[in-house]
Amino acid sequence: MINVPSNWQEFTEGLWERNPVFVMVLGMCPTLAVTVSAINSISMGLATTFVLAASCWLVSVLRHLIPKEVRIASYIAIIATFVTVVDYAIQAISLEMYEALGAYIQLIVANCLVLGRAEAHAAKTPPLGATLNAVGMGLGFTLGLTMIGGVREILGSGTLLGVSLFGPNFQPWVVMVLPPGGFFVMGGWLLLFAIWRKYRDKILSTPEKESVHGA
Amino acid sequence: MTTSDHAMAQDVTSTFSLIRALGIVSAVCGVIIVGTYQLTLDAANANRRIATERAVFKVLPAAKSIEEYNALPGGGIAPAIKGDAPAGAVKFYAAYDADDKLVGIAAEGAAKGYADTVRVMFGYKPDCQCVVGFGVVSMRETPGIGDKIYTDKAFLANFEALELKLNADLSALANEVKVVKHGAKNQPWQIDAIAGATITSRAVGKGINDTAQHLLPKLYPNFEKLKTKS
Repeated sequence: MINVPSNWQEFTEGLWERNPVFVMVLGMCPTLAVTVSAINSISMGLATTFVLAASCWLVSVLRHLIPKEVRIASYIAIIATFVTVVDYAIQAISLEMYEALGAYIQLIVANCLVLGRAEAHAAKTPPLGATLNAVGMGLGFTLGLTMIGGVREILGSGTLLGVSLFGPNFQPWVVMVLPPGGFFVMGGWLLLFAIWRKYRDKILSTPEKESVHGA
Repeated sequence: MTTSDHAMAQDVTSTFSLIRALGIVSAVCGVIIVGTYQLTLDAANANRRIATERAVFKVLPAAKSIEEYNALPGGGIAPAIKGDAPAGAVKFYAAYDADDKLVGIAAEGAAKGYADTVRVMFGYKPDCQCVVGFGVVSMRETPGIGDKIYTDKAFLANFEALELKLNADLSALANEVKVVKHGAKNQPWQIDAIAGATITSRAVGKGINDTAQHLLPKLYPNFEKLKTKS
């Protein structure tokens, strides 16, 4: 029982420590493609979260039944099923959303994050832990997408979630809502986190000793 | 038999268990997909209908209700019955006002733009044989350039009275809809392009022209049938 993580650990793993976008850098296709606005990012993130959680749950339930020779085929069939479910559901909820996300909904099936988690985690974990972990990963993915989408929307259209921030005289930085903008913002965030990690180690290593003494 | 199968599965997975696994996975997946399809079908169709109505009402603001029709490939028109349009038919919408009098016809046009297909909806009035309203159904053109087709006032003014007159024997348009360079429009069937967004402007013109060429020769002789709501 040493290495069995608690449910809380399962859930929080993907939220920040191993964030799929900024740490594992998985699923870059939707990350760069649909993040032109915060609302697109959130809906794409939630759609992926649903697919991830549902597929990981089913993979985990069926894990003793699926022989290793046919596991990839089975996982892809399961993932494709839930992608189709999301596809139908979004058409029923909002056609505008469906138009905005376009082909990227169907492409969730090829998002390596989903297959990666099914293969690396859900296939070895009981359903509860696998689902919690997948929900955490999905929300971490949503958070990452929204952080990129928010910045791109603010700079590229001068709005956030459709609310105008700078008034009518704002000159939009159009490149930010074009494909290169995705790379710029993604690179910017990665750079920021790299710098932060470097300084965090410096800051945390010295004062921690002091605080031990102080306490 | 089952025990020997089980024993074999310890070392080499038997073909039977491979087939069983794939069979179970496919069956479960199939049930989930069909179930979701059935559950969401009504809501998705309602959404589509609302989106179409909204697009038609935008190009023909006087409209209060719409009827869907097909212009048949052999000539003539028929009310569209759900889900089975004959091959080669052109779909159009007859729009009626509150008294069930025909306001105009709306149809969709589509042509390749700069990034993807540009789909537009246009309103047509038989009295003037011209386009009277215009709306974009979907497009993925460059933000800030191609998406000016939504907002550019000079461009939208093209569609207040764009001529779509048929020739004498009603077989085709007398003058093709032409997109011309910005500021060069001098005929009622020409569209003045947006400066800097020529490709997108051309896609709009081509979309309208293609649909009009197919639709109007079949539609025009049958206008009497559409005068009042059936």
